[in-house]
Amino acid sequence: MEADAAKLLGAGIACLGMGLAAIGVGNIFGNFLAGALRNPSAAKEQFTNALIGAALAEGLGIFALVIAFLLVL
Amino acid sequence: MAAADKVDPVHQFIVNDLIPLGHVADMKLAFQNSSLFMFVAVALIVGFLMIGTKARKLVPGRLQSVVEMLYEFIAGTVRQVLGEEGMKFFPFVFSLFTFILTLNLLGMVPYFFTVTSQIAVTASLSILVIVTVIVVGFVKNGPGFVKLFVPHGVPMVLLPLISLIEVISFFARPVSLSLRLFGNMLAGHIVLKVFAGFIGTLGAMGVFGVIGAIAPFLMTIAITALEFLVAFLQAFVFAVLTCVYLKDALHPHH
Repeated sequence: MEADAAKLLGAGIACLGMGLAAIGVGNIFGNFLAGALRNPSAAKEQFTNALIGAALAEGLGIFALVIAFLLVL
Repeated sequence: MAAADKVDPVHQFIVNDLIPLGHVADMKLAFQNSSLFMFVAVALIVGFLMIGTKARKLVPGRLQSVVEMLYEFIAGTVRQVLGEEGMKFFPFVFSLFTFILTLNLLGMVPYFFTVTSQIAVTASLSILVIVTVIVVGFVKNGPGFVKLFVPHGVPMVLLPLISLIEVISFFARPVSLSLRLFGNMLAGHIVLKVFAGFIGTLGAMGVFGVIGAIAPFLMTIAITALEFLVAFLQAFVFAVLTCVYLKDALHPHH
């Protein structure tokens, strides 16, 4: 297989990492919602932590996308 | 259709030399469009803060309210992570936050250059952060700062391996900090340009094409809204992680 074709295939496989990152982010917000429905008064101050956690998890998905871009472009 | 320009989502990231400034030891220096937008961002921030705090009323008017909310937002975060003694790092964290936020938001304007989508810029900012963390760590704790890499209550057998892992994860921090901001800005803008390109491509294909172009149009609006959220969130996450790393420097015992 030529290097160019292999690079494009690799970029496609790298994007699978973003699916896993989506599961991670959904996990964080799902747990936040479950906790917020049990204890609504404490939910407000923890929303910031939920956003920070989601940004960190999303960051790993973005790293996978950067690898894909490096391979394609 | 064949004569139309091919949609090129990467063209927006080209750094142009606006004013060449000669050479320094074989490297070409120039005032570039990325430097221009950094100047514009600083001018906007300084102007906004100065005009907002000129009135100095006890019960603030609208602009002063916004400035005070911005201050209190970051001051609250710094106090929460670092405590009251951490407020001496507040100017650093505040400058980082407002600079990155303004650069991200300037990039949202059509035809403006997104400075934070350049790995050189985000890497410089994160190297600044990690050097500050290391210097503060050594100034505050002396050579005992390396106790950061040796957590409590680890059996002696595992200690070398755990310490090695801790050192690697410490040096992965600036890498992840810069890549997170860079990747988010780069990916967001490429996706935005690709969807916007679909509108043009579909619109050129007759009546049904124009009707069909409504779908990417709505999608572009949704993605623009998402990009505003991401711009704000990424600046905030950069600032919060800076606070967390500084906390590690000030109190290395876990």
